[in-house]
Amino acid sequence: MKAAHALLLLLPMIASTPVIGAAPVLPKSVSVNLPDGLDPFPGPGAEAINGNCLGCHSSDMVLNQPPLTKDAWHAEVAKMIQTYKAPVAEKDVDAIVDYLVRTKGKP
Amino acid sequence: MDTSLDRRQWLAGAGAFLLTSSAWGKPRHAMPTSVVFPFPDGVGERPITTAFPQKGPMVLQRTRPPLLETPFAVFDEGVLTPVDQFYVRWHWAVIPTQVDAESFRLNVHGQVDRNLSLSLKDLLAFPEYEITAVNQCSGNSRGFFAPRVAGGEWGNGAMGNARWTGVRLKDVLDRAGVKGGAVQVRFDGLDQPVVADGPDFKKSLDVDHARDGEVMIAYAMNGKPLPLLNGFPLRLVVPGWYATYWVKMLSDIEVLDQPDDNFWMKTAYRIPDTPFADMKPGETGVKTVPINKMVPRSFVTNIEQGAKVRHGRSTPIRGIAFGGDTGVAKVEFSGDGGKTWHATQLGRDEGKYSFRRWDAHFAPQVPGEYTLMVRCTNSAGATQPDTPNWNPSGFMRNVIEATPVTAV
Repeated sequence: MKAAHALLLLLPMIASTPVIGAAPVLPKSVSVNLPDGLDPFPGPGAEAINGNCLGCHSSDMVLNQPPLTKDAWHAEVAKMIQTYKAPVAEKDVDAIVDYLVRTKGKP
Repeated sequence: MDTSLDRRQWLAGAGAFLLTSSAWGKPRHAMPTSVVFPFPDGVGERPITTAFPQKGPMVLQRTRPPLLETPFAVFDEGVLTPVDQFYVRWHWAVIPTQVDAESFRLNVHGQVDRNLSLSLKDLLAFPEYEITAVNQCSGNSRGFFAPRVAGGEWGNGAMGNARWTGVRLKDVLDRAGVKGGAVQVRFDGLDQPVVADGPDFKKSLDVDHARDGEVMIAYAMNGKPLPLLNGFPLRLVVPGWYATYWVKMLSDIEVLDQPDDNFWMKTAYRIPDTPFADMKPGETGVKTVPINKMVPRSFVTNIEQGAKVRHGRSTPIRGIAFGGDTGVAKVEFSGDGGKTWHATQLGRDEGKYSFRRWDAHFAPQVPGEYTLMVRCTNSAGATQPDTPNWNPSGFMRNVIEATPVTAV
């Protein structure tokens, strides 16, 4: 009797529960591992690009770029240094651009 | 076509009519090991990876910081994008790999009557809000730009649609009490620049937009906690706006009394202030504005470029569309490269910011080469353009998509 009464009281609540209705549950803590993304740039002449560029991003980002002109590659390297504050050694800039033009260049 | 078809029937339909072997609708174990995007200038091959936590098979655009694209076949499975194949995009590589649900706090400060430091439990006590909305990277489809531009060379899969559950940003701001004179609200997440003086990723919305009752803080997508790479534990949701504003791992909300002049608003994510954000390569002196509302798009999802279909019979064609910052009014299909257009049947309306399924039929009478096209018009009357836009950042592509097929 008592149980039936309780059920009757609950019915309007059930009926008015929105479809999304389940009470939100506190999310559990999360701990994951991410791939390190440290594969070096391939081929000869990659020392400068490997030494300066892998700190911020993996090499696949660069290798997936379309062919670009030397000016465009120079602008990309300058953007990394000036805008994103990449600590690229000044003496290595030419070698980095040379590598990019050799492997990803466009006339 | 009956829009209530379940997924199995939907897939069976594809198998019955398509002669080619393709990824469309195949179960996951058949996911190929790589994809090749038909980008101009090539460099379109990408591996499919399963190396990322809480994520299924994804197109690997960049390992660190992760850029993971949703394999396009996933969009044929339904209008909600599975959480574990929802695309991923981070700017900086310092991403916390552990988030403690007990000690996490969302701070609200700046031009407010009282600072807040909200635990997840505190947030769950706010009224729950839910909306289905497309999240699309500003640079989705950048790889198709001609001439090509540098950046994340996405195919069309830097987008997804989810049912976002959380709380209204307005309710949180009201709890803090926004002071008169507030202009913008700035959002910051737990990710940090790799280099100390690099620009931390922050984005801002005008205060009226932030308080519109639709912008929200999500703690779940499609009924599940956010994967860490999709912003666990909290992500800003800005329905109808490009994903750059949907700050992940949201931990800090600052109410500003000045327009935000941080790098990510003032310099990055700017578009030409022209229709379709279009300009000419090399053009200078173009006025720019921060990227903002999305524009309509539509895609065929069950037929790949170069597929073979039978002549003399009807092949079901289907796909998804979205209106951008408002709902889908109509989706039209052309089987003759845009010479003639036919209405399609729209699927269930899941809300104006959601993907909408559409269905059509293609019945070539004679063998030959055909170009399938699909065109969405939104409820504000905006239609996809015939010609692609161009800008140096590769933003806001929404040209009518063309799918060449062969009738045999």
